Amino acid sequence: MDALAMGDYGAYVWSCYALTLVIVVFLSWRARLRQKRVYRDIEVRLKALEDRE
Amino acid sequence: MSETPREIPGIVAGLGATAKRDLLLAWKRPGDVLNPLFFFAMVCTLFPLAVGPSAEQLEFSGPGVLWVAALLATLLSLNSLFITDFEDGSLDQLLVSPQPLPVLVLGKTLAHWLTSGLPLVFVSPILAITYRMPLSVVGVMMITLALGTISLSLLGSIGAALTVGLHRGTALLSLLILPLAMPIMILGANAVSLAASNDVYSTGIWALGAYAIASLSLAPYATAAALRISNE
Amino acid sequence: MWKWFHQLASPPHFYRLSAILAPWLAVPGVILIAYAAWQGLFVVPMDYQQGDAFRIIYVHVPSAYLSMMAYMIMATSGAIGLIWRIKLSHAVAAAAAPIGAGFTFLALCTGSIWGKPMWGTWWEWGDPRMMSELILLFLYFGYMALRSAIDDTAKADKASAVLALVGIVNVVIVHFSVEWWSSLHQGQTVFKKGTMDADMRIPLLIMVLGFTLLFGAMLLRRIRTEVLFRERRTRWVREMILSPEGGA
Repeated sequence: MDALAMGDYGAYVWSCYALTLVIVVFLSWRARLRQKRVYRDIEVRLKALEDRE
Repeated sequence: MSETPREIPGIVAGLGATAKRDLLLAWKRPGDVLNPLFFFAMVCTLFPLAVGPSAEQLEFSGPGVLWVAALLATLLSLNSLFITDFEDGSLDQLLVSPQPLPVLVLGKTLAHWLTSGLPLVFVSPILAITYRMPLSVVGVMMITLALGTISLSLLGSIGAALTVGLHRGTALLSLLILPLAMPIMILGANAVSLAASNDVYSTGIWALGAYAIASLSLAPYATAAALRISNE
Repeated sequence: MWKWFHQLASPPHFYRLSAILAPWLAVPGVILIAYAAWQGLFVVPMDYQQGDAFRIIYVHVPSAYLSMMAYMIMATSGAIGLIWRIKLSHAVAAAAAPIGAGFTFLALCTGSIWGKPMWGTWWEWGDPRMMSELILLFLYFGYMALRSAIDDTAKADKASAVLALVGIVNVVIVHFSVEWWSSLHQGQTVFKKGTMDADMRIPLLIMVLGFTLLFGAMLLRRIRTEVLFRERRTRWVREMILSPEGGA
């Protein structure tokens, strides 16, 4: 509990660490999302071209 | 009869020609020059309406308000620096001219300053007096505006060159120019504030002068590079 | 050695190698961060002046450092791309921007949250470093806005490279002008960075190292996607995606 309170500064300290985690996860998640989307778009287009041939 | 080769006009001629052309165009469309000035006056009017006309507040905020208004008015006028040339094809002509592009850009920027910055300098005393600025301080204000708007025109031309012809270029231009304009405003507005409180204000003036000279030597190259990139 | 370098700049090689390399940066990075966070939060003794609030330094400093490093990478690779016309360079710049913006935002937030118990205010207009960080955020937004406003990739690359270079000069100038300004308006308390004890400083260094490694991994992954997108119409991409293993 002492750790959580951080001598009255608990809210400040923990919110900062939480925010850091959120931002890092968010950036990584968005990057993964983009990678998947770009890959899928190219795959779909190439498969369609292949089918036509 | 042998043909005498035509002499290509030199650098000074190129600078003079572009400046003269833009000045002539501005003369034919006085609205382009007057609108930003009215905007300047309007912004100066809005502040007291919003925060109250107490004399103390006016005197205190005068330098800042006038400087912000001048910055916004200059931003407004920067939008059209290259737009009309872009639209009617004269920009392409500038790009293929034998004179160095930075020189031609300098000519345009000079004309821009003469039609936006300089008028601001002469209109500012009228509004400064309404903010109860003592005449000695008004003098300092005019000097800071003169130097500051030189830098603004030069640095702003970089942003204008990067965003010419872009969809929604106006909003983007403001976003790009704000960081560039910040030091100018800090130096200018605070020099005037210092003068108003009878403090030493020469540091600000020297810094503004240095900024103007630095912009003068570097900005045209950046603007020329940006123009070439935007128009290839 | 040059051959390896040359190969790295070739998009298909980079695409393959970055996938292999990224975990080698990410995993050690996360481990170092976790260790340093544990140390910084629970082990390092409380600061005499600031109490436990100083522990925010262990996330604030790395994010501020990364925000600036990302910008330097963005501007430098943009310049390299402009001067030597290396395509991959521009991809690096484009990939670095959102990560840098994210860490700048984080630095501003953590700085603000740290400022509240320390200075009593969420924001201090007079602090040169806060102002410079804010301007850095605007520079990132302007950079990303310019990129997305220009349709042609090559043009967007060059224009944003010019913008990034102009921005570097500007951020330095802004810092100094705000310093001058805050020196005028006395009464603003400027946070003084005192000398730190060794046991306070070591977790900080480990944290910075860990974050740098993690940043490297994140950057590699984004460059990878960027390369894939830019090369989407090339033969090597087609062959890779249509092949049985694919290239996800």
